[in-house]
Amino acid sequence: MKTTYNRRSFFKVSAVAGGGILVGFNWLASHQAAASTKEALAALSEINGYIQIEASGLVTIMSANPEVGQNVKTSMPMIIAEELDVAWSKVTVKQAPLNTKAFVRQVAGGSQSLRFSWKTLRLAGATARQMLVAAAAKKWNISPSECSVSEGVISNAKGEKITYGEIASEAAKMEVPKDVPLKNPKDFKIIGKNTTNVDIKAITTGKPLFGLDYKREGMWYAVALRPPAFGQKLDSFDDSATRKISGVKEVIRFGDKIAVLAESTWAAIKGQKALKAQWKEGSKLENTEDHDKQMRALLDTSAKEPKRNEGDVKTAFSTADEVIERVFEAPFLPHSSMEPMNFFAHVTADKADLVGPTQRPEETRKRVAELLGMKEEQVTIDMTRIGGGFGRRLMWDFALEVAEISKLAKKPVQLVFTREDDMTAGLYRPASKYKFRMAIKDKKVVGYHLVGAGTNGQNFTRENFFPAGAFDNLLMESHNLESNITIAPWRAPITNFLAFAEQAFFDEVAQELGVDAVKFRIDLFEQAKINAAKGVKFEYDPDKSIGVIKLAAEKAGWGNPKKDVFQGFSSYYSHNTYVAQVAEVEMKNNQPVVTKVICAIDCGIVVNPIAAINQSEGGIIDGIGHALFGDFSFKDGKPQATNFNKYRLIRMPEAPKVEIHFVPSLNDPTGLGEPTLPPVGAAVANAIFAATGKRLYRFPFLKDMPIQGGS
Amino acid sequence: MSKYKLNINKKKYEVDVDSDTPVLWVLRDNLNLVGTKYGCGIAQCGACTIHVDGKAVRSCVTPVATIQKKEITTIEGLSEQGNHPLQEAWKTHDVPQCGYCQAGQIMTAAAFLASNPTPTEEEIETAMQGNICRCATYNRIKEAIQTATKR
Repeated sequence: MKTTYNRRSFFKVSAVAGGGILVGFNWLASHQAAASTKEALAALSEINGYIQIEASGLVTIMSANPEVGQNVKTSMPMIIAEELDVAWSKVTVKQAPLNTKAFVRQVAGGSQSLRFSWKTLRLAGATARQMLVAAAAKKWNISPSECSVSEGVISNAKGEKITYGEIASEAAKMEVPKDVPLKNPKDFKIIGKNTTNVDIKAITTGKPLFGLDYKREGMWYAVALRPPAFGQKLDSFDDSATRKISGVKEVIRFGDKIAVLAESTWAAIKGQKALKAQWKEGSKLENTEDHDKQMRALLDTSAKEPKRNEGDVKTAFSTADEVIERVFEAPFLPHSSMEPMNFFAHVTADKADLVGPTQRPEETRKRVAELLGMKEEQVTIDMTRIGGGFGRRLMWDFALEVAEISKLAKKPVQLVFTREDDMTAGLYRPASKYKFRMAIKDKKVVGYHLVGAGTNGQNFTRENFFPAGAFDNLLMESHNLESNITIAPWRAPITNFLAFAEQAFFDEVAQELGVDAVKFRIDLFEQAKINAAKGVKFEYDPDKSIGVIKLAAEKAGWGNPKKDVFQGFSSYYSHNTYVAQVAEVEMKNNQPVVTKVICAIDCGIVVNPIAAINQSEGGIIDGIGHALFGDFSFKDGKPQATNFNKYRLIRMPEAPKVEIHFVPSLNDPTGLGEPTLPPVGAAVANAIFAATGKRLYRFPFLKDMPIQGGS
Repeated sequence: MSKYKLNINKKKYEVDVDSDTPVLWVLRDNLNLVGTKYGCGIAQCGACTIHVDGKAVRSCVTPVATIQKKEITTIEGLSEQGNHPLQEAWKTHDVPQCGYCQAGQIMTAAAFLASNPTPTEEEIETAMQGNICRCATYNRIKEAIQTATKR
């Protein structure tokens, strides 16, 4: 879909009392290609971003996207400030006012915030700049082209100067320009410079920022008791002990859950523990071993409709000299955001007022309105800073729960998940398995066959990602296993395990064929280029893939490791970003230790390097942690781990050193919140193979091998 | 419910709570000092770390009845201007991502550095292993601690 938008509806300019200009714009107006016509048109009338320039020269930029740790609250305003031509030190960033109507299509997920906003933000800054310059030119009675700007000061050939603040009120009267030139990226002064997180002081001094920090006068704290096993329903309960706990105000059943409302979080937690509930079986109580059997059976079944089917896979395999086949397995995983799920709601007869950490305010508002039988305009969702999301806060269950509790209690309520609630309430990374097969003839791969199976998902493959295009005979199939254990996106959905499986398998095939792991991959991407020229379609750019592979190999000294160091290679494209990694493993006390990861990334222009490196490093260490330790299973529907004593997350002594290298680029920026995570498990597993001769086929590695992380 | 006299960040407070109430919830719910975070409730993640008489303590498992007459420091009181060498170093290295665990990380590190001002890398890792960061900012935390030791 192509929409040409009218600048007058895209920007809204007004004067500020006391002197100044306020430029309102739609944060995501450039993202119309991905939206429906109706949504795009609706979005155009919504103003959800603001640039305010006061007479004093102070610039305030309101950031509208949820801050979940991906640095958008800093990086996005940097883009505006760049085109606006102001000094970063003059800029204040605020979370945009939490106004219902304004918040359309705001999502922190899929590493896409920056990619979608890039052009809009640049246009917003440039438009404001052009209006300021036009006002100055008018005042001096010269052409705007005779003016120059540096850090918020406009000057002319005579040497006269005027600041943005001084001309702001006049600029507010100018017509909004139609054609706005953008800077050449080579001239960027703010973009590409290390810029400290705008909330750094508030974070390091403990200011209220997060959902759990939100308080309102007269608010009750709620902790809910949910069925302990998936498949169970509430039969009956006895709350007499709960009601005796001082501070407990009310106990309310809602559906198959019970909310304990209290004057303090602690009283609510104690009240929840004191509830005596009887549960009955509503649907089958599932076990991990059953899931394993069922998924393995699916891997040996043909899917009715393959996700991708090219060439003649059947013949390629039946006439092969050799077929290499391997199965890879991954468990469910909880998200483990450090801030447990929580939300505030105050529901009254005619409106619902919600506040909390969500990666998806728009969808949450819609669902809450549906639940309460209200119009969307009657529901407001205010966003706080988010203490980690990883996909879990793309869901809205906690908001629905608190809305219902508040409605029933007729009170403002903050719903708090204990860590146990957070880990056992559901919405996990789905469990999945993959069977990879390669047909080998004359020492060449002539056929590729991937079957994926997982819980509650329609597609466990990525049929347009590599190796699509690299093999003439290729078949990709996906199976769904229905389960009553609920799932949600989890950092780099699907690829968080698919990439490991694929890149570990490729390593093994390369080794079987006696080809160097890097050469094996580059040859396949070269083949993809040949096939692309023949019209084969896929999503990635083989040249960019080769670019990061070569950069990682060069920076890591691939093939020439230091003494007693073993290397493993992996590369993956996801979220429009290209990543290649070399992991280094050393043996200590007869155990492999991951000591270092060297990572090359092509994500286009790096807006804020210090934050981009942080994100990339975090994705790598997080990915290693879950590959090594992440284990989560079910017995009779019940999660077997409930807190961090049983569910192991990576800790500082286990974190390897990480080296990040960005490919220099003038292309538009792509995401970084996810792409470094998918390939790293394979880089590590391949290095462990180099060190020990043992291949790893499932997460967590710890199940099959004593292993430690650490530098 | 009982009354407890507390000494927090050099200020005196009196609260009326159950004796088993963890200090964490007294700080957060009664005193509105929300910089100390809830993460796990069983002393496994370190998000709730405070100082009791200068020592790092997990406030989620410390009943309020045990800290009377002791000197409590929370992240809000670590320094008057928010410029403790660790807070400054956190800025230098732009450590946080989501930021939720960072107050606990800083409090653990501050108590540790007070007892060992010139630690080795391994000592830092050992001291910090009780604090989880799901964003995995561990390397920056370590670098920031090393920077702070030089200040």
